[in-house]
Amino acid sequence: MARKSSKERLSNEINAGSMADIAFLLLIFFLVTTTIVEDKGILVKLPPWSEEEPDITRLKERNVFSVLVNASNQLLVRGQPMRIGELKERTKEFISNPQRREDLAETPKKAIISLKNDRGTNYKTYLEVYNELQAAYNELRNEEALKRFGKEYEFCNNQQRAAIRADIPLILSEAEPTAFGEESTE
Amino acid sequence: MSKFAKKRGKSSPKISTASLPDIIFMLLFFFMVVTVLRDAELKVAVNTPQATELTKLEKKSLVNYLYIGRPVKRFQSLYGTKPRLQLGDKISNVHDIPLFLEKHRVKVSENQRPGITSSLRIDGQVTMGIVQDVKTELRKSGQLKVNYSAKPRAN
Repeated sequence: MARKSSKERLSNEINAGSMADIAFLLLIFFLVTTTIVEDKGILVKLPPWSEEEPDITRLKERNVFSVLVNASNQLLVRGQPMRIGELKERTKEFISNPQRREDLAETPKKAIISLKNDRGTNYKTYLEVYNELQAAYNELRNEEALKRFGKEYEFCNNQQRAAIRADIPLILSEAEPTAFGEESTE
Repeated sequence: MSKFAKKRGKSSPKISTASLPDIIFMLLFFFMVVTVLRDAELKVAVNTPQATELTKLEKKSLVNYLYIGRPVKRFQSLYGTKPRLQLGDKISNVHDIPLFLEKHRVKVSENQRPGITSSLRIDGQVTMGIVQDVKTELRKSGQLKVNYSAKPRAN
């Protein structure tokens, strides 16, 4: 009888010595597979490929906001040199046209941004310009959302966002870059 | 009936747990070999510019990465110092992009394919020439959702 009980006790015990190993294994596995670095960036939708260049000359001049970036990373906006710092405010003014000026966009719907750079332009400058243009639109959409729905664009539901996007669409046309500048070849 | 039950209860087998760690290690090695640990080793130096209007990329499995930058010191004798394009872990040419995209596309289930995004990780000092070539090739391949990878900047 005594023998039986000792046997029974043995069979009921599970050796917990290896539990630590299992735990470490899981730990190591998850440590290795998870990547902590998150990827953030400016999300862009490229236009579909077509052989012919988009022709912006047939558009009304007042609706086109042309931004040129040359190989020395200088900006020319509607024929005027400009610093990147001013770009956002000028873009916002152009799109919304609060004073109904004759030389700015008729409505935000008709506003078109035309961006052209050189093959020698620094990518950093290009992205900064793109960022400012995007920022101008984001701020305008935000203002519109506050006015219309009383909350920021970020917190609007999909339907409200779509309504605002339809009224302030981001139309950005990128022309084939010029090739005057030195490319980084050294 | 009672006879059987008694017998079974009596002869409960002892399982040796001494080999358990070995099995566990075997599993560990199996997973270590099988899992793709992280993105490819970078052969080009990429220091992305800063920006404010950032979107976070969800769903890592739907993202493919294209790197553009100057080859790092170790590979300069092999690839030179001009900015180059890296696809996966190979330094490649612009013509290799369609195949690279297709290889990624077949791994994604069909209903998720419209959500595939190309993340362009480009060094800030690179000039737009090569970037433009890559963009043109992406457009030709019908990959229009593009993310210009950037670091957050405080306003």
